[in-house]
Amino acid sequence: MSSILLQVIVSGLLIGAVYALFSSGLTLIWGMMNVINFAHGDFVMLAMYTAFMVWTVFGGGPAAAVPIAALILATVGVLSYFLLVRHVMKGPMLAQILGTFGLALLLRYSAFWYFGANFKTLPDNILGPPFVFGDIRIDAPRLLAGTVGLLVTLALHLILTRTALGSRMLAVSEDATAAQLMGIRPERMQAVAWALAAGSTGIAGALIATFFYTSPTVGETLAIVAFVTVAFGGFGSVPGALVAGLLIGVIEGLSAYLIGPVYKDVIVYTLFVLVLWTRPQGLMGKM
Amino acid sequence: MVRGAGRFGAFAAALVVMGFAGGAGAQQTVKIGAIYPLSGNAASAGNFSKAAMELAVDLINNGNPNLKDLPLADGKGLPGLKGAKVEIVFADNQGTPAAGQNQALRLITEEKVVALIGAYQSGITVTASAMAERHGIPFLTPESVASNLTERGFKWFFRATPVAGDFARAYSAFLKEQGKAGQKIGSIAIVNENTEYGNSVASVIKEVFAKDGLNVSQVIPYSANTTDVQPQVLQLKEKNPDVLIFISYTSDAILYAKTMKDLNWKPSIMIADNAGFNDPSFVSTSGALVEGLVNRSSFAVGKPGSISAVINELYKKKTGNDLDDPSARAMQGLLIVAEAINRAGSTEAAKIQAALKATDLKATQVVTGYNGVKFDEKGQNVLASSLITQMQGGKYVPVWPKDKAAGELKLPYKGW
Repeated sequence: MSSILLQVIVSGLLIGAVYALFSSGLTLIWGMMNVINFAHGDFVMLAMYTAFMVWTVFGGGPAAAVPIAALILATVGVLSYFLLVRHVMKGPMLAQILGTFGLALLLRYSAFWYFGANFKTLPDNILGPPFVFGDIRIDAPRLLAGTVGLLVTLALHLILTRTALGSRMLAVSEDATAAQLMGIRPERMQAVAWALAAGSTGIAGALIATFFYTSPTVGETLAIVAFVTVAFGGFGSVPGALVAGLLIGVIEGLSAYLIGPVYKDVIVYTLFVLVLWTRPQGLMGKM
Repeated sequence: MVRGAGRFGAFAAALVVMGFAGGAGAQQTVKIGAIYPLSGNAASAGNFSKAAMELAVDLINNGNPNLKDLPLADGKGLPGLKGAKVEIVFADNQGTPAAGQNQALRLITEEKVVALIGAYQSGITVTASAMAERHGIPFLTPESVASNLTERGFKWFFRATPVAGDFARAYSAFLKEQGKAGQKIGSIAIVNENTEYGNSVASVIKEVFAKDGLNVSQVIPYSANTTDVQPQVLQLKEKNPDVLIFISYTSDAILYAKTMKDLNWKPSIMIADNAGFNDPSFVSTSGALVEGLVNRSSFAVGKPGSISAVINELYKKKTGNDLDDPSARAMQGLLIVAEAINRAGSTEAAKIQAALKATDLKATQVVTGYNGVKFDEKGQNVLASSLITQMQGGKYVPVWPKDKAAGELKLPYKGW
């Protein structure tokens, strides 16, 4: 295999892990309460601006930005739940969809107002030089984001499947009334789910900011990938998002490299439709 | 609150009615519509253009004593219309051809603008100007370069900027000269975004280069606003062309600059076809990664006291940034339209159209580096021109042709 082809695959895996990282929050919310958070991409955008502010105000790198963004976004998530989602969930399906969509626009245009339309980037060498193995180069920001992506999705999966908190959250998602009879407070569990989902999205955004540009509309660009990843992997499945993210990253990279960048979306979406055709619940979703 | 607002609305409406009834006493305002990307991924560039056009309106309405040669910049409004003030109504094209078309319709039918300017992206200028054509309202594009725009047989369409063919010939002459001077130009790659702008400029460059015997060995079209450009850069790394030409908007331009450094590949000459690479936010975020990047521009800051220098100072005071080339062209576009309306002495569409057709501005009367403004029967400014600049120390410096150069051309491309 030529070294360039190997580099394409490595780069695809890295960007795929990043896709998985910023998709896991979206799939978690869906799995917990059957709500699609259309503001997800704009949560990522907020986290990216947080990383940018941490750098410009305190000179802090990702080590500072990641926990700060996770905290801020977790708070935003909980607030969104109590002030908006909890109420619109009582309304018709359309209200739920438009509710978070409205939140997305609110966040996006607030960013336009506060930060302006200009593109921002963090300094290019914020994480030092790339790792070089022979002809293969792995740049530090993507490696960090990819690795943390794997760890965060793993951690979310373990929280959901191996802890008492996870069991209570799953109980609420399966039958909120029955869970309530067992002494679980559904609203509290759903708020926790929003905190976890938005918090992990905060981590994702702060890391993506190290190698991507930040602008008020960056959430739009990223959210499409997140929705595809979640549907591909199976709505509500965190491991599914991981597998789908990696697959999409590598398929995108290979098809762009071997056939041409304008065809990569055609190929990814063809596979996407084929998967949904044979498995409507996604790769790892439950029926 | 609501009732208060209603009452205020009624009051305002009454004032408007009185204004119309009063006629002579009230000063007239001429509305010009401007369709630009104020949100979406090109919003950064769109907002810089907006600031430049606002500055032009301020010059017309309030004047500046240091700009005697610039038509209308004496602050007397439009003397041909009894000193009417100019008002510019901005509309957001959201980066989509559909929104651009809708906004054109809204500006024409609801805002009653007398002329339209826009729309930055060539693909959006296509739809927005078609709407103006249908309604018989003049449409001037200050910056869209796709060649087919002036080939549609439109009667109401005007273009002030030089076009793809002009750049392609400039790039070709520039590259041949560098080849003679010993630079490698044996293989040339083009990377273009695949909307109207990128596709048309790429195909014109291919055509002109083929005629001139330059070898375009690789063309990589890609979808704009992508999340990842690593595969494209790796395709380049594999073929390793001597010359690379980028035709991209800002978001992708930033990713290319970063990714080329990450994957450690660069050509010996790198050319950017304006657009994203001239967005001040590209220059501030990525300028340090593309030292030696060759670009085209129609605007360069001249000697102190010249129109371009005075305007640049005013713009810097307003925005904190130097005036960039697309924004300078947008400003020039507005000044051309205002000058024509003034000469028409009327807000009637047909009279403005006739005045635009008769436009004859000299090189000394324009902000940009054009040799003047004069439209041919297709609406193309035949005096538009551009020069080659190079990124040096975080700024674009004119380097070619020699008689317009302000700095020394430095090759090969340095990058980061």
